[in-house]
Formats: sequence, structure tokens, C-alpha cells
Amino acid sequence: MAGIVIIGAGHAGTQAAASLREGGYAGALTLVSADHDLPYHKPPLSKSFMKTADTPLQPLRGPSYFSDKNIDLRLGETVTAVDAGAKSVAFADGQTLAYDKLVLALGTVARQLDVPGAKLGGVVCLRTADDARRMRARLSGVSSAVVIGGGFIGLETAAMLNARGISVVVLEAAPEVLGRAVSAQTAATVREGLVASGVTVHRGATLERISGQGGQVQAVVTGDGQSIPADLVIVGIGAIPVTDLAETAGLAVENGILVDGAMRTNDPDIFAIGDCVSFPQAQIGQRVRLESVQNATDQARAVAQTLKGKPEPFTALPWFWSDIGEMKLQIAGLNHGATRQIVCLGETGVRAVFHMRDGALAAVETLNEPGIHMLSRRLLALGITPEEGQMTAGDLAGMKQLLRERVPA
Amino acid sequence: MTKIVFIEPDGTQKTVEALEGASLMLAATMGGVEGIAAECGGNCVCATCHCLVLEGPVESLSEMGEDEKDTLEFSAEKIFENSRLTCQLEACPEMDGLVFKVVGK
Ligand SMILES: Cc1cc2nc3c(=O)[nH]c(=O)nc-3n(C[C@H](O)[C@H](O)[C@H](O)COP(=O)(O)OP(=O)(O)OC[C@H]3O[C@@H](n4cnc5c(N)ncnc54)[C@H](O)[C@@H]3O)c2cc1C
Ligand code: FES
Repeated sequence: MAGIVIIGAGHAGTQAAASLREGGYAGALTLVSADHDLPYHKPPLSKSFMKTADTPLQPLRGPSYFSDKNIDLRLGETVTAVDAGAKSVAFADGQTLAYDKLVLALGTVARQLDVPGAKLGGVVCLRTADDARRMRARLSGVSSAVVIGGGFIGLETAAMLNARGISVVVLEAAPEVLGRAVSAQTAATVREGLVASGVTVHRGATLERISGQGGQVQAVVTGDGQSIPADLVIVGIGAIPVTDLAETAGLAVENGILVDGAMRTNDPDIFAIGDCVSFPQAQIGQRVRLESVQNATDQARAVAQTLKGKPEPFTALPWFWSDIGEMKLQIAGLNHGATRQIVCLGETGVRAVFHMRDGALAAVETLNEPGIHMLSRRLLALGITPEEGQMTAGDLAGMKQLLRERVPA
Repeated sequence: MTKIVFIEPDGTQKTVEALEGASLMLAATMGGVEGIAAECGGNCVCATCHCLVLEGPVESLSEMGEDEKDTLEFSAEKIFENSRLTCQLEACPEMDGLVFKVVGK
């Protein structure tokens, strides 16, 4: 029996393998990854991993886990094609591997910058452990850095570099950082927090080119002719779902590999999960592709159920966190289609923003309010909308009461 | 070396070594303890490292911080008097011999 083959050993693929075994699947199980490191947590790469030169990677599972669980972990092996007719995958070295069921958990790759100088030494992106090691190895010689793109990874990296005493400029093309991921109010508070800690943020900035000498970056030249000195440039302009293998298998792809609510593609023996898929999202009633650890691991649990022959509708509530320096940004739910924002303010700006859709609570962003975040996840899952006064006041006790009326502790 | 015992959901007992200063969640992960997904990697937002303190030198455990309290209280799992998030517990030699029961997710 060829068994189940999972390609990609990131958060999604690794959890899928673990959930299959926890669910009692005893057949052959192969987990393949192009990455050569033992599967690891990605979020720390832009945060704690950079703190010192020798902080280790944080593994998702211990070193003996995979052999203990009889999971054939094949690291550093890239799959180049899927033959859906023959039900086998081909590796870069020409070998093939047969499957009964195939799970694609391929993640994303960093979007590349398309300006002159983008290939200079010292222009880096941050997706994998190798990227992070390369960047970390340079840091001791860096006094000024430019971060291109004010998304989560860009801002986290900016805060981390700034805390290390490096002077940091963030260039964001849009009028505000963090794009549509959060409300304008939350984005403004995050930006103000970064600026207060010493980071420079240029909004509405365009990029002309990156200049250098001897193959190494020296400055970033903006559209309005400014030259900003930099001995490190971090490109954080978003991620692209990895779909090439799906295309070789003839699967439907549209902003990610298309799956249904049980993680099935249009081939009955191929499934897909995590950052690389577009799926029908239960709360907003439309297709989305999400990039988060929660989405990857919950979809992994879902595909394990499906492979067990017990598919369940995928209704997991999305949640996300991003640590931007001292600011703990957390998001529960999705703000898609929200029409109204109820804002709870504190001394330094936003404490929480409650997004309303059709009169009901749809998503909650919080800054340094883990209690409101955790409570909101429960409220959202149960479809409870607090009173407006409770939301504007950030009244944790009052909102907790609503939860207890529904589910006694 | 600080030795910590974890009782896995199916009752299996595993003894792991904890490195001073690192979290007990990390010690459990590295030691291959079942049932601790540690989804958030120790950020105190997922509650998948939830364990119950059963016995041993319990006085060596730090007080619960606000974050840990909130995360536990509002997590979907049932919580108990002796519930802790193991990612919030930093190992020290005094913890040698502690016994936890894994709740996880
Ligand atoms: C720096 C950084 C910080 C982040 N911070 C946060 C955060 O704070 N909170 C949060 O929720 N999320 C965060 N994320 C996002 C989170 O890491 C992703 O959502 C998550 O990793 C998605 O898991 P995945 O398994 O779908 O993809 P990945 O983890 O990207 O794994 C994909 C795997 O597939 C492998 N692969 C791809 N193609 C092939 C092939 N052809 N053959 C073999 N193997 C292949 C890759 O090598 C990789 O191992 C962060 C991401 C990064 C990069
Ligand atoms: S690992 Fe997520 S709360 Fe402990």
C-alpha cells in the first residue's frame, strides 16, 4: 500500500501527519519537505529568533517524534511534478513515489521585488529558516535598514531591528500600513507606536531602485528622488501561494489551490491545506485564502478527518496574532464585508476594534488586550454580540457575563 | 537536570528533561510528549499547551500572570483549579519531579 503522502512539512503538513496518527491512521505515511530543517515554528523567525545570534529554531515536534510515530520524514527533497493519473509524485533527482491519497501543504513564497538593484547583496526576504539565518548573520554589521512593505512581517521585522539599535525606515506604498488586514484605527495606532519607538514610516512611498557598490546594497532610492542609506533591505511585500505542483496535476487553481469545505480538490485522491489553498469560508460565506498558523493547523485537523472518511464542515473561527515590538496585535474573526467599526480607545490609541457585519459582531482586533481577544473568540464562535456600550468601554467583565449566561463555567 | 513527568491523554507516562530558562512546553515538545500541539509556539494565545499540575514540588511554580489567566479562562476547554499553560512556566531546578497531566486540544 502506497499510503498517504503529504508534501510540505510546515505548520499545515506537520499537523496533518500528527492528526492522522492521533486519529488512528496506521498505514504508510510520508511527509516530504523541500526545507532541510526539522519542521519548525515560522512566527518566531521575525521575532525572537533574531534576538541573539544563536537562538535556536523552535521545532514543531521533537527530533524523535517522526520516527516514533512511524512517519517517513523526507527533508530537503523537492517534488517537481504530480502525475494524478499514475498517482505518483516525482522528485528533483528523478525518483518517484506512489500515493493512495496526496495532501498538498505547500505554503507560500515571498513576492519578489521588481526594481533595479533587487538582487544586490543585503536585499533579503524572510520566509524560511535559511532566510532568517542569512539575515541574522548580517545583523552585527548593520547600522541602518530599510523595510519595504508595511505588512505584518515587515512591521515585526522593523520593530525587532529597531530594538537592536539599528535605524529603520519602513516604506509603504499605500496611504496606511497593514492594508486591509485591520481597521484604519488599529493600523494608525500600530504605526504611531512604531514611530514613538524610533522607527521612521513613510507612507505613499514609491520605489525607484536600490543602489549599491561592489554588489552590496547601499541605499534605497524612492520615487520622489530621496536616497535612504541602508546596509540591509528587507522585502516584505506579500506572499504568493505555491500552486505549481497543483497545476502539473491538473487541479483547479485560482488565488490558491481550490478546495471544498472538507479540503478536497477536484481530484478525488488529492487534498490541499494551509497557506496555499482557497476555500469556502463559513463565517463570511465566500472563498478566501488565509495565511496564518491557526488556519494551517485547523485545516490540517480537518483533512485528517476527511481522510478518515468522516468529513466535517470546516467552520473553525479564524484568529491571528502578530507581535510588533511591544505591541501584541491579535485578531479574532474576519473583517470582510464589515460595515461598521466600534472602537474602544485607551491612553495610547486603540485597545480594541469591533467589526460589525449586518448588525452582528464579525471580527475583533485588539492591541495588548489578550483577555478581550480570547473572550471575543468565544463570543464569535457562539454568535454573541455584546452591547455597544460594553464594546466601546472594553468592558471585559460585562462581556464575560454574556458568555456565562450562555455557557456556565 | 530538571526532570518533569507528563501523563499523556492515553495515560502513558513520559519523563522529559527541562533546560533551565526554557518553557516546560518546549521540554514536552522536545521530549515527544503527545497531545501538546503548542500551536502558537508559546505566545499564550492558543491554550493547546494546557496541562494539570498533579503532584511534586508545586510551590516551585510561578504565579499565574494576567495573560495566562485570561487565555485559560476563555479557552474553549474546561479548566480546573490546577490548570496551567506550560508555555508560561520557565523551568528551574526546583521543579524537578513535577507531574503534569496533558489536557491539550
Ligand atoms: C517571518 C514569518 C512570521 C510569521 N508570523 C506569524 C504570526 O505571528 N502569526 C501567524 O498566525 N502566522 C504567522 N506567519 C504565517 C505562518 O507562518 C503561515 O501561515 C504558516 O507557516 C502556513 O503553514 P503552511 O504549512 O501552509 O505553509 P509553510 O509553513 O510555508 O510550509 C510549506 C512547506 O512546503 C514545502 N514545499 C513547498 N513546495 C514544495 C515542493 N515542491 N516539494 C517539497 N516541499 C515543498 C516548503 O519547503 C515548506 O516547508 C508568519 C510567517 C513568516 C514567514
Ligand atoms: S503554546 Fe500556545 S498558549 Fe502555550
